[in-house]
Amino acid sequence: MKARDGEDTVTDESITNAGTGLLLRAEGLRRELAGKVIVREACLALRAGEVVAITGPSGAGKSSVLRLLNRLDEPTAGRVWLEDVDASAIPVRELRRRVGMVMQQANLFPGTVAENVSFGPSLRGVAMAGAELEELLATVGLAGYAGRDVAGLSGGEAQRVSLARTLANHPQVLLLDEPTSALDDAAKLVVEEALRAAMTRVQGGCVIVTHDAAQAARLAQRTLVMRDGVLKDGAMEACDVR
Amino acid sequence: MSAEWLARWVHTQVAVGLAQAVVVSALALAVAWLGHSRKLELRSETAVALARGLGQMLAIGLVLVWLLHGAAWWSVLALTAMCASAAAMAQRRTKSVPGCYWLCLQAIGTGSAVVIVMMTATRVIAFRPLAMVPLGSMIIANSMNTCSQVLERFASDMKLNAGRVEAALALGASPAQAALPYAKNATSAALIPSLNSLRSLGIVWIPGFAAGMLLTGSDPVYTAIYQFMVIAMIYAASGVTALVAARGYEHAAFAQERLVVR
Repeated sequence: MKARDGEDTVTDESITNAGTGLLLRAEGLRRELAGKVIVREACLALRAGEVVAITGPSGAGKSSVLRLLNRLDEPTAGRVWLEDVDASAIPVRELRRRVGMVMQQANLFPGTVAENVSFGPSLRGVAMAGAELEELLATVGLAGYAGRDVAGLSGGEAQRVSLARTLANHPQVLLLDEPTSALDDAAKLVVEEALRAAMTRVQGGCVIVTHDAAQAARLAQRTLVMRDGVLKDGAMEACDVR
Repeated sequence: MSAEWLARWVHTQVAVGLAQAVVVSALALAVAWLGHSRKLELRSETAVALARGLGQMLAIGLVLVWLLHGAAWWSVLALTAMCASAAAMAQRRTKSVPGCYWLCLQAIGTGSAVVIVMMTATRVIAFRPLAMVPLGSMIIANSMNTCSQVLERFASDMKLNAGRVEAALALGASPAQAALPYAKNATSAALIPSLNSLRSLGIVWIPGFAAGMLLTGSDPVYTAIYQFMVIAMIYAASGVTALVAARGYEHAAFAQERLVVR
């Protein structure tokens, strides 16, 4: 089997787990750093077309769980499955393209909006067509912004560019890590609109971490609560929390 | 120690040199004291650096007396020891980098060795201690500065831009792609002094080495060409050092495609 960008993907049946029908599944994820437990145990199930929100108090480990899903951090224990394939068997760059992430800070690269949005495809030697770029920017409410320097953007605009930049990779799963926490109320609502459009566009699934319960209710179909490093998902039958 | 011996010693070149060194050190210390009035605390660091510098140069002078009359391969040993010391000094300002000493030794050693071996093979540097040691030490010292600057700048830029680096990784970039802007900045910034030396050669400054050659009766035009070659060698060695140091830091900063230096 070949992935869309030509990289070899997994065919070994020992690392596949067919039959769950889930887009993304995390089982018994644990993360320890320098002897400190960051994530005690996290279980999560995401179906195609579903938006799941993770809420909970600060320091509960919400963002840390997201970073384990696209292997920005490596779990100490537990496994993640993407379309029933063990994520650790998927080449890490391919996994990160398929499980896209928008961070709390926009972290835009110096340059224009177009350069930022086309960054992901350019890594694979793909030049993004102007029409596709414009359409993507229109999706996040930034039509006509392609040539602008990112240094002059507001916080909300920067976060929407960050969203468009992630969408340019055509991810199957979209991870959103507190995408509006650094914004004022007006900008938050505009970004939420962009997020809704992005979720529709992804046609896969979306996991959003937010400390705002109202935002979770507005954007997600299911809300999970994380406390003291423990995340349970009632949609999963086997989630044995110690 | 007789009074007659002392009177003779006072008039030797070494004694005159030591007296001149004291005058110059006093001037440098005065500058450090002047800085103190502007809240720039450099006094103790300057005093220690001056004392160390003089002590080290006296020691090296004594070693040179022995070395310059020895076999050519002794100079290889001396240059190797200089590389090891240079690595120890270069790593002091960048201790946060994992495995920093070996990284510095690799970068300085590679940059210096490539240029010294090539220049010796093509007879630009004569294979004898009188030429190998002073020229080699100039190359090593410049490589050391370049190595320090690359690592310091690269490490601080990566820490400052950790979010951007992780954003690039999250978009599917390799560690090399994610770190590229900061590697480029660090490398080009570290090479600016060597490049400026090359650019301004003969216009803004004439290397001290030229004076020695002219005093020993070398042809002035050949002396000028030789100075150019020396500065070009320094630039080449600094360039190789910068590239190896940047590559080494990149390896240290990532593990399994994850950023580990923050």
